[in-house]
Formats: sequence, C-alpha cells, structure tokens
Amino acid sequence: MDDYGSESDSDYTSYWRDWFISSRGNEYFCEIDEEYLTDRFNLTGLNTEVQYYQYALDLVTDVFDLDCDDEMRETIEKSARHLYGLVHARYIVTTRGLAKMLEKYKKADFGKCPRVMCNSHPLLPMGLSDIPNLKPVKLYCARCEDIYNPKSSRHASIDGAYFGTSFHNILFQVYPALIPPKSTERYVPRVYGFKVHAAAALVRWQNLMREDMRRRLRKMEVESGFKDGEDEDLDEAEDDDGEEDEELQQQIAEYRGANQHHGTSFTGGEPHVGSVA
Amino acid sequence: MSTSSGTPESWISSFCSLLGHEYFAEVSEEFIEDDFNLTGLQNQVAMYKEALEMILDVEPEDDEDDEDEEEEDEEDVSGGDGPGGRAHGERRHHSRVASDLSVIESSAEMLYGLIHQRFICSRAGIQQMSEKYELGHFGVCPRANCNQTRTLPVGLSDIPGEDTVKLFCPSCLDVYVPPNSRFQTVDGAFFGRTFGALFLLTFPEYDLSRTAAETAANLPRSATEQGMINGMYPHNIAPGLGRLKIYEPRIYGFKVSEYARSGPRMQWLRDKPDNMDVLDEARNFADEHGEHGGDSDDDDESMSMNGGRPTARRRPAGNARLRQRQRHNGSPMVVDVNGAESEL
Repeated sequence: MDDYGSESDSDYTSYWRDWFISSRGNEYFCEIDEEYLTDRFNLTGLNTEVQYYQYALDLVTDVFDLDCDDEMRETIEKSARHLYGLVHARYIVTTRGLAKMLEKYKKADFGKCPRVMCNSHPLLPMGLSDIPNLKPVKLYCARCEDIYNPKSSRHASIDGAYFGTSFHNILFQVYPALIPPKSTERYVPRVYGFKVHAAAALVRWQNLMREDMRRRLRKMEVESGFKDGEDEDLDEAEDDDGEEDEELQQQIAEYRGANQHHGTSFTGGEPHVGSVA
Repeated sequence: MSTSSGTPESWISSFCSLLGHEYFAEVSEEFIEDDFNLTGLQNQVAMYKEALEMILDVEPEDDEDDEDEEEEDEEDVSGGDGPGGRAHGERRHHSRVASDLSVIESSAEMLYGLIHQRFICSRAGIQQMSEKYELGHFGVCPRANCNQTRTLPVGLSDIPGEDTVKLFCPSCLDVYVPPNSRFQTVDGAFFGRTFGALFLLTFPEYDLSRTAAETAANLPRSATEQGMINGMYPHNIAPGLGRLKIYEPRIYGFKVSEYARSGPRMQWLRDKPDNMDVLDEARNFADEHGEHGGDSDDDDESMSMNGGRPTARRRPAGNARLRQRQRHNGSPMVVDVNGAESEL
C-alpha cells in the first residue's frame, strides 16, 4: 500500500495528463490543453456525469491536494480518467484538438485498416454512442467507410463515448483534402478461378447500387471521389454499359421498392418479388 | 532401414504445431502417397524427392546414418537438386549435410504448403478444416457489424511467393489481414484462392452468423425454408451486410449527406437487398418472360434487351423448370456439394 501511495504521489508531482496519455492502453488519447480544461464552459454538464467531480478535476489539472485513504484515492483516480475521457470527446472536435488527432492519424497511432483492399489505410477512433458506458471504441476507416474492432483487448475496453460519434466525420469536413480516394476494388470469391454464383450476383447488385449513386452525384454535380476510369477495369461494369438508362433506373426502383416494403413486414411483399415466397 | 532414430512426432504434426502455422491442417499420409495428388509439383519444388521423403518421415533411400552430419558437400547447396547431387552422395559417409538439410527443410515446407492447398479442397481436408473452423482456429472478422463471425484462411493467389495468407469473412464476403504479425510469414498460396468459397458451398447448412437468434428474427423462416438462392441459403449469403449493418456517418446525430464532399461513398460495398429473391436473376427473368417466351429464339432476343443475365440463357421455359429450381435452384454449384452435405 505504501507502494501505491508513493506511486500516486509521484504522479501528483508530475503532470497527471502526461502520465495518462503515455500509459499503456491510452495510445488513442491526445493531450488536452490546460486552458481548455480550466475553462468551466467546456465542462458544462459534466459535474453530474462524474463522481467526485471537483476532486477529479483537481487531479487532472494537477492541483489535487486532499489527504485521503487509498480506496478513496482510487475512486477519484477512476473518476479523473472518466472525466478526462468525456472532456476528450469535446476537445477533439475543436480546432486544436482536431489538429492533434490529425497528427496521430498521420502517424497511424490508431492502427491500420485490416481490410486487404484498403492497403493499410490509417484508422480513426470513434464511438457508436455519445453516452458513456454503452459501447466500446471502434475504429473507422475513411477508405472503406466501415468500422472495425481494435486488435488489442486493452483498446477494445475503452469507452467509445471518449471519442464520440461525430469526431471522425468532422475531421474530414474540416480537412476535405484528406479524404482518401475511394476504390471499387474488391474481393470476389472464386472456386478454381470461377466466380461463385451467389457472391457474384450480390456483387452485380452492389455495383448497380454504386452506379446509381454515382449517377445521383453526377446529377448534383458532386465529386464522387472514385479514382477515374477505375470502373472500366471491372468486368462487372460491362453489365451496365450497354443498358438503357431508363431501364436501369426502373430496375433500381424495383429493388429499392422491395427494400422499403420488407423493412417491417416481410410477408406482405410486393407482388413482383413476392411471387416466389 | 532403421526406425529407431525416428522422432516420436511426425514431420507433419511438428510443422503444424509451429508458431504461426496454426491455420494448417494435417495432411493425411494417404493423400500425399497418392501420386495423382502431387501431379505437377515436381517442377515447382526444388529437391522434390528429398522434400517428399522428409514430409513422410521416410529415411533416404541410400540408407546412411543420420548422426554423421558433416560439413562437407557444400556445393550441393547450390546445384544439389536430385540426381546431380546424388553423384556425391555415393560416398560412403555421405549423409544430409546440415546446410543441405536446411534447403530440403524449406523445400519440404514449400511442398507441404502446395499439397496443403490441394488437400483442403479435398473431402477429407475440407472436413478437417471445418473442425478447425468450429474451434475458431482461424480467428474472427474485425468488422464491427460482423459480430465476430469466424473467418477462413485464404490466399489471394495460387502461386507461391506472391502474397501472405488472408482471412475471408463469410459474413461480409471480404478479406482481411490476420491480426497477428506471425501470420505475415505464411504464404497465401498454401491455402489457395478456392478454399474459402468452396467451404461455403460444401457446407451450406452452416449457420454463419454466430448469433443464430438474431438471424432468425431478421429473416422470416417461410422464405428461408423455401430453398436456396443461387446455390446458397438466403440467410447465409453475406449475413453481415445489408440495412442496419451499414455504418452511417453522423455529426451530432445528423446523417452526413451523400451530396457532401465527405459524404458516404462506399455503402454499396456493405449493402445487400432486403429481399434476397432479387438476386435470383435466373428465376426473376423466368417469372418476367416465362409466359410469352415460349421458344429459345424469343428468349435470346429479350435477353439482349435486358442486359443478358447469363445464368438464364438457353433454358427452356415452363413450369417443370421452376419446380426443379425450387429444389436445388438449378445451380451448377449443386455438383460441388459433393455429397458432403449428407455428413452434416
């Protein structure tokens, strides 16, 4: 117990935030500025969220000066970590916070996308909820726009609310130049070189969806972000090339129609597709 | 031939228990001993004969003592493939020289890998891999919406030396890099391109998503019991994709618009029709054109107008065909089931 006391004493004398972000498992966090932490406006509402709020804040800002037993100290320590996480979620969407996280993103501090076709694109931490203690942190890949579980279990236990649901999207709104080019490259399951029917049919359908999206974007004169000319390489693209635009539209409307109908009740299906069931 | 020096563990099982070799199945000796299964491998592997002997734990034919491993015959290392090296081997005390041995060892690993690629597509092999799969030896999908679906080891090429082993997730039909770096030394060709897809076709009954209750809730039984679509059960076609399984970017609770520059562009990759019947292109075509498309000429004509779904081409129209499709969907993949279905 003496050991613990002396250890936390040294923490107290050093900067708590330094210790926090450099300790193992906290690699995803960036350091929050002193000024940001001391501005009460930034902490609005957190006093009801965090136990021993004042002590925790004191600990985070290195002005903690309370003689208490180890148990109490541990509780406050835990509260301080929670408070830091919640402030962190707010801080990283500020200009300075975004810049700090951007540096970490460039260094791939948050890991790399496990998807083979993403070629180790760096990830960003994100939460699926802004309410604490609901969902652990996930990692977002801007290339495939999907979310992944962290590789290591010590990261998988971090609360997702410490990063929030908005941060990674705001980052790319603020730094649009960083949006990676999208790719239509994908894995196609094959058996002895032949495509598998079920998967290939799904791929054809997905390509149809993609072309539909690109058509919508073209109509609105929005950049699609896909590498130019990539579709020509895809053998699936041939399917759509010769087709009449209207027919395609009609097909898509049909598919989407099926989507809407089956959202709530499947049995009531549209007559066209329902004829099978 | 003395068997006294034989190790208690076979070469194959010691190879499979090495760190990083957790994905490998133990190829049965009968499979290796059948020359037919090794067709063409002689040209792909250096020191083929020695490597094969090593894999099968057979003492070399020119029987010598394995204890005397002398540091001679160094030149064998470079030019020592097969008969060329044999000439030196006529010497009385010759045995596998240490450096020679390491060459043979690496050849044996290459040969084993290539045999393994073929073995896991055989009936016995795929069965063994399914046991490993059930035990979760191949890890789980890192994608958050796949709910820890177990993955399968695959290669992106059948030619050795091109890429390392990857993990194929049957839930999102995508491939991922294994999380542990020790698998980054394992050649993908040792698993091959075929295994992942063949596995799904061989075991169509597998409930791919571990949370079976969830699958049952999302998909009405009436539709799934109807039969297969495109050779697979609808609930097993990419269960991790589709609505509610696609990540939707939001800022302060508001969806990021598609028309924003940073808006979603890749949702198609994780999309899937809500009603999988949409994907049954052949049947949809038949339903649409079945009544009036009596003869094949008519069929072909309307086909070209519709962009030509090749699956429906040259099939006589009529109810008999539809009924047949109810059973096995008219899919050529039924052949690939190979009777393994009955074992489940």
